Amino acid sequence: MNLFVQGILWVLDPAHYGGTEGIDTRVGQHLLISLGVLAVSSIIAIPLGYFIGHTGRGRSLAIGASGAIRALPTLGLLIIIALVVNVGLLAPFIALVVLAIPSILAGAYSGFEAVDRRGIDAARAVGMTELQIVGRVEVPLGLPLLIGGLRTASLQVIATATLADYVGGGGLGHFIFLGLKTNDYPQMLAGSIIVILLAILSEVLFSIVQRLVVPRGVTAGQPQDVRVRSPRSRAALG
Amino acid sequence: MTWLLNNGNLIGQLVVAHLLIAIPPIILSFVISVPIGWVANRFSWSRGTLLTVLGLLYAIPSLPLFIILPLIIGTGLRDSINLVVALTLYGIALMVRTSADGLASVDPDVRQSASAVGFSARSQFFRVELPLAGPVLFAGIRVVSVSTLSLTTVGAVIGIDSLGSLFTDGFQRGITVEIFTGIVLTIILALGVDGLLVLLGRVLMPWVAVNSGRVNRRERRRAQRAVTV
Repeated sequence: MNLFVQGILWVLDPAHYGGTEGIDTRVGQHLLISLGVLAVSSIIAIPLGYFIGHTGRGRSLAIGASGAIRALPTLGLLIIIALVVNVGLLAPFIALVVLAIPSILAGAYSGFEAVDRRGIDAARAVGMTELQIVGRVEVPLGLPLLIGGLRTASLQVIATATLADYVGGGGLGHFIFLGLKTNDYPQMLAGSIIVILLAILSEVLFSIVQRLVVPRGVTAGQPQDVRVRSPRSRAALG
Repeated sequence: MTWLLNNGNLIGQLVVAHLLIAIPPIILSFVISVPIGWVANRFSWSRGTLLTVLGLLYAIPSLPLFIILPLIIGTGLRDSINLVVALTLYGIALMVRTSADGLASVDPDVRQSASAVGFSARSQFFRVELPLAGPVLFAGIRVVSVSTLSLTTVGAVIGIDSLGSLFTDGFQRGITVEIFTGIVLTIILALGVDGLLVLLGRVLMPWVAVNSGRVNRRERRRAQRAVTV
């Protein structure tokens, strides 16, 4: 435990702030990579997920692909891309986008699927166009699950961005890998502690957002409820 | 290609090392999660609390966990037990929710009938609830097994041998074939173990295949969604 205290002291030491090697710089890099990855993978995955959720087409393909990506070792992917596109930021970026897409995709289409079919039929009956149904019924009602998907993706990306520095991509992994090379346990711990804090911060922020985006009056849309039983099966019963 | 031919021995050793690290967490997390899932459903306070707290385990990034864990359990940084414990924790984080959901999916009428015909609490659990929750639990183990087999490779960056060593070694020496071999073998192992689990599921739960596959698929999809979202 003594080492643990040293790790915390390492984080708090003012000498480790400022400059290109400072904790603040590395945290900035880490967050920048993570946000960039989330933005790019959202641009790819959300429209695709909405398409799958609305039309019901390509669903099994999406599930299969997500399963395959889960089996794909991120470290291997990261390194092989690094050998192709050279070391630096690009390789971790691509690898992380590949990692983040399945969760966001699943959040997008399962959000649409969780919408009560009777609600959609009602929307169609009052004369909404398909585009209106998507924009004004399915998107708002599916938002909690989409945010849930983003939450998972954000956690995975922040965690895995630690590996970016293995191929020279910078970020908080730098402290860990430098510490490993120089046998500097406190420095490794310091890097680890900060990454864990960032991960927890992301979880907390997203859980707050997840609660905020539930449309007023939709109590059944609470994420927990949606997870346990789908309204579709309830609709079939009632 | 010559690299592949010259290093068959090394690859074999790494496959064995990989399995030795990855298999115990898959089994342990199942054995540990099912009782926790049962407790989660048993009391009104426990479900939210247990699922939230254990779900948080998954929020701890893997590499930092590999580094902090030795301080807590007292192993060496490059000790493979370190990795086994960390992977077990991740397995539990994924599996507890599935166990709780699976056990909760057992029809309350069935449960009441079981106790009405005189099953003790114990045999009711082992002979009624567990088999009926089986398909959902199995879907959970399959997810845990795939992610564990893939996550094991990360240990290579702190020097624990597994198929991930092919990535780090291949990177340092610039051998693309080596890295590619590592990726392919990791996927093959994941798919292979998954296939074995499916077979095991058929043997242990023959009624699932006979039963309409639709229900089963829905349960599995539900479990999958609970894990991915």
